Amino acid sequence: MSRLHATVALAGNPNVGKSTLFNALTGLRQHTGNWAGKTVATARGEYRYMGKTYALVDLPGTYSLATQSQEEQVAQEYIASGEADAVVVVCDATCLERSLILALQVLELTGDVVVCVNLMDEARRLQIDVDPEALSQELGVPVVAVSAGREDGLEELKRVVAEAVGEKRQPKAPAEPAERVSLAARYAAEVVRAQEADRMRRQRRLDRILTSKATGIPVMLLLLGLLVWLTVAGANGPSAVLTALFARLEGVLAAALASAPAWVQGLVLDGIYRVTAWVVAVMLPPMAIFFPLFTLLEDLGYLPRVAFVLDHAFQKARTCGKQALCMCMSLGCNACGVTGCRIIESPRERLIASLTASFIPCNGKFPTLIALITIYFVGGRAGLLPSLEGAALLLGTLILGAAGALGCSRLLSATVLKGMPTSFAMELPPYRKPRVGQVLIRSVLDRTLLVLGRAVKVAAPAGAVIWLAANVQLGGQSLLSWCTGALDPFARLFGMDGVILTAFLLGWPANEIVLPVMLMAYLATGSLVQLEDFTALGALLTQHGWTWVTAACTMLFSLFHWPCATTCLTLYKETGSLKWTGLAMVLPTALGLGLCFVLRLVVQLFCPV
Amino acid sequence: MADLLRLSDLDEGESAYVAEITAAPGMDRRLTDLGLVLGTRVTCLLTSPAGDPRAYWIRGALIALRKADTDGISVMRQEKVVAQAVPR
Repeated sequence: MSRLHATVALAGNPNVGKSTLFNALTGLRQHTGNWAGKTVATARGEYRYMGKTYALVDLPGTYSLATQSQEEQVAQEYIASGEADAVVVVCDATCLERSLILALQVLELTGDVVVCVNLMDEARRLQIDVDPEALSQELGVPVVAVSAGREDGLEELKRVVAEAVGEKRQPKAPAEPAERVSLAARYAAEVVRAQEADRMRRQRRLDRILTSKATGIPVMLLLLGLLVWLTVAGANGPSAVLTALFARLEGVLAAALASAPAWVQGLVLDGIYRVTAWVVAVMLPPMAIFFPLFTLLEDLGYLPRVAFVLDHAFQKARTCGKQALCMCMSLGCNACGVTGCRIIESPRERLIASLTASFIPCNGKFPTLIALITIYFVGGRAGLLPSLEGAALLLGTLILGAAGALGCSRLLSATVLKGMPTSFAMELPPYRKPRVGQVLIRSVLDRTLLVLGRAVKVAAPAGAVIWLAANVQLGGQSLLSWCTGALDPFARLFGMDGVILTAFLLGWPANEIVLPVMLMAYLATGSLVQLEDFTALGALLTQHGWTWVTAACTMLFSLFHWPCATTCLTLYKETGSLKWTGLAMVLPTALGLGLCFVLRLVVQLFCPV
Repeated sequence: MADLLRLSDLDEGESAYVAEITAAPGMDRRLTDLGLVLGTRVTCLLTSPAGDPRAYWIRGALIALRKADTDGISVMRQEKVVAQAVPR
């Protein structure tokens, strides 16, 4: 372990590439734990320069150092504490004037400041010319121009920081907020030369297509639809490969356990191993496809436009438009959607967004939804028209989920989380070329592996429970059939049967295993079953009394029931409260049961089967 | 003060200068952080499908604001008038 030479803090507005700079400087040696491009906790890393070790602290991105939000408070307190030997204020070369407002605020707290004008490459593309020397003259502190995404200017930055660490410069005298703004404007006018560039016009044209009345919503549905389709279609192949791989591994494990008693083999192989392997095989590929694509949309700058286009609906629900982003992320994984709610500043609006995140079906529910749509609503026909019908129905299901989330948000706003929306000011950053490569892969792996890790933790014990339920006999019946029998009358009230409800209960660890558990119960086998062939699956379900009403109720309940175990765990971590986690489980369940009950009743009254 | 209008009344493509801010507590600070103070030139660039929120060009950045918040911001079309009406 080398001794620390100095501690350097990174401050800056959101969306100025602060995290990219942090990763470029620390060489990705540090886990940053960023979500949705936002740094909420302070990430720490290290870099070496001229044989000395520097600690780097990535402060949350803020527009101000007023103590209005948690993030601002963290940044303000850290800089004021004097813990850092130097503060690097990261500015956006394409929007220098605004960035300087924060820089001036930091300069009032400490004199040991290096201003880093990032995104110089972006600025050049937009024909914006920034003069770092002139800015340094104006501010009286060193200014370094960098393009963190391309690792341009990093050595220079390290050199200037090393020089700044020793000096103890005096902070500037405090100024009125409005004074700072006009000062920033004056400096920017001195050092920035901008032309009305073609690219700027192109940005506006793109904005008009992506957000206008005529095209905004259709383009959004198309893009999100494409995202879901690529995820579902692309995951099949890799999932099959993984399944085959795990089956081979199961053979090896079986050989190793050959001398163990039969129940141990059953519990370990058919129970714990198979369920865990199943969850990994069906969960990993879609997430590994969804999150890179999602990050791509994020990097392009499109996601804030989704929030812009949909904000009006959230305003009506008295919440924040950024909730739309959490809902998009929920499509990939509800647990990620819940964590993503951190981008919402108001605690009340953030809590509402977390509680309703699971109303959006994650990709773990898609296989069940697609199977039931194909069998019962498209009639198992193949061809272009039925597959379009199926896609439209799936999209309809997604929209129903979103409507449920909005309705429930409004309900919460009127009851337990009463309040009016706080003011809303959201930046729509310029469209940027996505920084593909290491950063993207790493952040994606972080996101995917974190969730997968949590999923495995709950899947393994659940595997044991499922196996025991299916194999422990009591009075000539397995526990599973006792359970399905006991739940049957209750489930029938809601258009389902005991097996379906039991499968949802046992599928708590992961929605992916709901259908396999159902088949296991219907076929009375002792372990999970998969039927790839929709015709055979349909025949089996119909044989057990399924009608289109059963399928519709199962789909509704699949859409609206308690969140999976990983999401519940995440909800508990984020809210720190069993009460709110409990409410997040009760809300969708009540809505799902209610809808199923009404549907069954209406069908029974008006068109008896 | 004949040509004083609300920021929310500005049509897409129109620019004006901020003359008065009566925003909710908290919001005035956020607006200041974004560089929206008296005299700031604001251009309305985008309207969302529902007509609200709209996006405004403020000091080199595009910021989405809701009508509820922009109702409290008065603007004028001529810079000079603003400078006279609002003594620094």
